[in-house]
Amino acid sequence: MSEAVREAKQKGRPEFRNIGIGDITGKYRMPPSAIVSILHRVSGAGLFLMLPFLLYLFQQSLLSESSFGYFAGIVSHPLVKIILLGLSWAYLHHFTAGIRHLFMDNHFALDKDAAQKTARWVLIISLLLTALVGLKLFGVF
Amino acid sequence: MASKNNIGPRRLVVGAHYGVKDWLAQRVTAIVMAVYTIVLLVMFLTGQNFTYEGWAGLFARQWFKLFSLVTFLGLYYHAWVGLRDIWMDYVKNAGLRLLLQLATIFWLIACAAWTVQILWSV
Repeated sequence: MSEAVREAKQKGRPEFRNIGIGDITGKYRMPPSAIVSILHRVSGAGLFLMLPFLLYLFQQSLLSESSFGYFAGIVSHPLVKIILLGLSWAYLHHFTAGIRHLFMDNHFALDKDAAQKTARWVLIISLLLTALVGLKLFGVF
Repeated sequence: MASKNNIGPRRLVVGAHYGVKDWLAQRVTAIVMAVYTIVLLVMFLTGQNFTYEGWAGLFARQWFKLFSLVTFLGLYYHAWVGLRDIWMDYVKNAGLRLLLQLATIFWLIACAAWTVQILWSV
């Protein structure tokens, strides 16, 4: 390496690093596809972390008649219902975004406009499905 | 770009197969889970008066037990691929990353055993 290059490096030339949390929360205007992508990862990680809670509920629901009653008692609590609604959103977002992924893997809707359009649909459909689950969860129908 | 520096003692520690097999496994397991999800979601949204008899009766059937087991095992493999991606993206220290990956694998194996226990309790 020549001396000139070494000197230039010391003079604080602009550094281009990976995108940080500050960029995605404030600096950038995120296209729908980026929002869907980040939420896909966040929802997947959240579901993984909540696995013990969900498996515990699943076990109580199946073990016996009395444990089913205990399970029904837990999930009838409003706070638990809100947590389950949040997890339902995480699951349904991951589900819809995953189906979009499968289509894109097969070279459907890969161009810029189509990809943003399907990303918007993912956000809308997952929220609608979550709303449906929420209405059922809170006993509307 | 700097691929020449990635060979030999300076090779990046990211695993041996660079993920094609895992990528495919993640898609295949996703399809299995999607089918299972649609079945349970439709049942939940159309069902009335949820009772233990109805719920346990569904899981008492051999074919549904096996369908459930395959789906859950697929889920754990799927989760492993996703978690591995997360650790590779954000944890730069190779030792710590290996530790987290091993913890993930052991935890998911434990979940698989727990799932067998749950499914065969009815």
